[in-house]
Amino acid sequence: MSQGTLTTARAEGALASLSWLVFAFLYAPIVVLAVLSFNENNNVGIWTNFSFKWYGEMFQNAAVMNALKNSLIVAVVSTSVSTVLGTATAVALERFRFRGQRVYDGLVYLPIIIPDVTMAVMMLLFFAQAFRMISGLGPHLNFGLSTISLSHIAFSISFVAVVVRAKLGQLDPALDEAAADLYAGRWMAFRKVTLPLIAPAVAGGALLALTISLDDVVVTSFVAGPGSTTLPVYVFGLVRRGVTPLINAVSVVMLTASMVLVAISLVFQRDRGAKTSTAEE
Amino acid sequence: MPTDVDQVDPAQTVVTPELERDAERAQARRGLLIAAPSWLYLTLFFAIPLVIVFVYSFASRSSTGLTVLENWNLHSYRRLFDPLVAEIAFRSFVLAVATTLICLIASYPLAYYMATRPPRYRNILIILVMIPFWSNFLVRTYAWRVLLGSDGPISQISQALGGEPIRILFTNTAVLIGLVYGFLPFMVLPLFAALDRMDWSLIEAGRDLYANGRRAFLKITLPLSMPGVIAGSILVFIPTLGAYVTPAILGGARTTLLGDYIVSQFLSARNQPFGSALSVAVMSIMLLATVIYFRRGARTL
Amino acid sequence: MISAVELSGVSKHFDDLVAVDDLTLDIGDGEFFSLLGPSGCGKTTTLRMIAGFEFPTMGSLRIHGEEMGLLPPNKRPVNTVFQSYALFPHMTIEQNVGFGLLMQKVGGSEISERVARALDMVQLSHRAEARPDQLSGGQRQRIALARALVNEPEVLLLDEPLGALDLKLRQSMQIELKDLQHRVGITFIYVTHDQQEALTMSDRIGVMKDGKLLQVDDPQALYEHPKSRFVADFIGEINLVRAKVVDGATIELVGGTMVRATTGLSSGLDVNIAIRPERLSLNELGEAPDGRNSIEGTVVRRVYHGDFFFYEFDTPAGVLEIKEENRPSLPRYDEGSRLVASWSPDATTVVQD
Repeated sequence: MSQGTLTTARAEGALASLSWLVFAFLYAPIVVLAVLSFNENNNVGIWTNFSFKWYGEMFQNAAVMNALKNSLIVAVVSTSVSTVLGTATAVALERFRFRGQRVYDGLVYLPIIIPDVTMAVMMLLFFAQAFRMISGLGPHLNFGLSTISLSHIAFSISFVAVVVRAKLGQLDPALDEAAADLYAGRWMAFRKVTLPLIAPAVAGGALLALTISLDDVVVTSFVAGPGSTTLPVYVFGLVRRGVTPLINAVSVVMLTASMVLVAISLVFQRDRGAKTSTAEE
Repeated sequence: MPTDVDQVDPAQTVVTPELERDAERAQARRGLLIAAPSWLYLTLFFAIPLVIVFVYSFASRSSTGLTVLENWNLHSYRRLFDPLVAEIAFRSFVLAVATTLICLIASYPLAYYMATRPPRYRNILIILVMIPFWSNFLVRTYAWRVLLGSDGPISQISQALGGEPIRILFTNTAVLIGLVYGFLPFMVLPLFAALDRMDWSLIEAGRDLYANGRRAFLKITLPLSMPGVIAGSILVFIPTLGAYVTPAILGGARTTLLGDYIVSQFLSARNQPFGSALSVAVMSIMLLATVIYFRRGARTL
Repeated sequence: MISAVELSGVSKHFDDLVAVDDLTLDIGDGEFFSLLGPSGCGKTTTLRMIAGFEFPTMGSLRIHGEEMGLLPPNKRPVNTVFQSYALFPHMTIEQNVGFGLLMQKVGGSEISERVARALDMVQLSHRAEARPDQLSGGQRQRIALARALVNEPEVLLLDEPLGALDLKLRQSMQIELKDLQHRVGITFIYVTHDQQEALTMSDRIGVMKDGKLLQVDDPQALYEHPKSRFVADFIGEINLVRAKVVDGATIELVGGTMVRATTGLSSGLDVNIAIRPERLSLNELGEAPDGRNSIEGTVVRRVYHGDFFFYEFDTPAGVLEIKEENRPSLPRYDEGSRLVASWSPDATTVVQD
């Protein structure tokens, strides 16, 4: 590709400056936020000293720590369940033909398209209605970590399924046949051949589910109960009231966590690239 | 399990169309079995909730504001045409269109720049776009609240230069900035994917034929990158239309958008039927947009 | 003697498409059998049914006398070499080759012994630790072979195994494969669309078209005595001339030339005669050897091919393609020359349809 010849040096220069301007736009707020989180002053606007004070406060803050704990519980539960269900969904859709498959296919894609506000409304009305019906039978159920987790699973399954399905679609179908031809039963063929080959995508889907769960504000705030606030919902509540140095510190911790997840997913992708080069030839 | 050497597997008979069908059905059953857990889950925790929202949108309210599942009516849908609702819908639509256009204009040069870099350099640029894409949306929006605040860095710089304090927080402008910032990566990635897939020799051929960079771009590059433009636009337009977090953090009382309007119906106004009708309406528009996208996408492929 | 593979009345329907239509075929033990035909003719479906990747819609399929029915691939005494090789990219060469044995729960020491022997057989022992993507196309092909043969199957199925290789490598692999088959003595069923490949390697060839088996014969019989216009045309180059049967021994070509040929067909029947270009020879007018069929015409084109000359010869029966060896003892004819082309009645194959 001799793309260098396609544009003149001036156009090239303009293109590069525009691009870096966009990058500056993308990163400047994050950088400013990170810098300000180390400001000792109670007033975010007045810089006094560099300090870890607010990070210390954050770890002392029981509400923040409780919200963090809730977030992690929900994220771990919803990610593990949706990874298993989503992977099974991908396998069923990509490797089998059965009646009602188109309906199922649509059902799997819908949660991705539906806006989170609608999803939030759906889950709120559903659980409220369900709890009313169940309380008529005796047990009294309430909103809490379980409703949050159930809701997160409902939209994460689809994301995992889409990522894993794309990978399954790239695999040479003859690999499955080769395993069967070499005396592997269905389960062994899946465990020894298919699963190792889609593992990077399963991990990628799991990371996506984890990120979405840790990001979600809208759905969670609708289905959370007393004491089951997650970190993003807690921060959201504070943010609406104003800027504080404590939120700055919490925000930077949350940003760092997402960046660590990106780094992990990139490592997986690199690995994936190395391993599948033959299958795609 | 001990097996008799002379024992013939029941499967080992001459195949008939009935047997073949049985085998196909057994295979379909296996697929169904694998699909069953998530099918059940999504039916219970997605399809049924969806139906409930739909049902609620026809329900009526008691004098105390509670939802009554009788006296089914179209009041909530009629209210969608109230001037107030129309104004909010119009504002949301304009904001969503503006966000999409600004994202498109800002992303195209970047995506083009990325696609024309040597692979090594390109991978670094992709990572630079991926990081904000994966980063916590709430925090990224919050960063703008810090930046745009009356004692925030931008305002301080402005004042240091002898200007006025910046007062755009809680305005539509602030919401627009926040939305563009939040959804920009959703535009860059599909655009980049489309440009990256493109056969660049076509543009060289185009340069030969048109001998003019601008015309070659308009006649070849732009049409070929259309799938990316459409995908990116849908990915930005749909969530901005239903945006809640961004207007809640950066917007003010007079910048209500559909997303926070719906939320307020449930959390403050306690008008579930109307909130449901709004949700159904927003969802229908988005499904329609998506269907159109897939139709277009199928045609351009 | 028990056949290695015996198909009888086997059909495969995919919805409305008949991929394989009432196929009956016996493949002998130790035979190198090729299924030859254009793409979509049903040859690969047939192979996949033997392997167990597809089940027939109806019919009997036996391997060494045993009815296969709906037995899954992992319970059949056959192994497959895939067109894409389908080597497991996440396993080393050694693990790939040992996979079948591992799945059959063969002991660890026996596995390593047999894998070593199989790798030795394909001369790739030194790459045991490599991964498939580190090997060349030809090496992957040999690993695919080793991975199948290490299981000592009763029948080895090969689905266009040389299709992805370049011409030179393909030719050397053809010889290697044939050698290997001799050494291991296993029945090979080989699917290909390359008639040259099939002719070179096979003991017998089955030609398929539109799901039907048109002719099964050894390469020479297939080449010399095709039984249908399709087979004649598909295998090698051939001149096909429309003709009509006059009586049991005489045929009138289109354009009026009478030729001799042995045919049991009844008079008045429309047929085609098929003559291989190398069976035709050119002579000066009036010098056609006695006892041969002949037809006069004009050289319209001569193409030099190194070891032979290729003539296009315009006759009342149409343009014939003629191959003449490039030897000093043979004359070469210029374009425009009036000559006579002749051929032996034995080389005059009469085909219907």
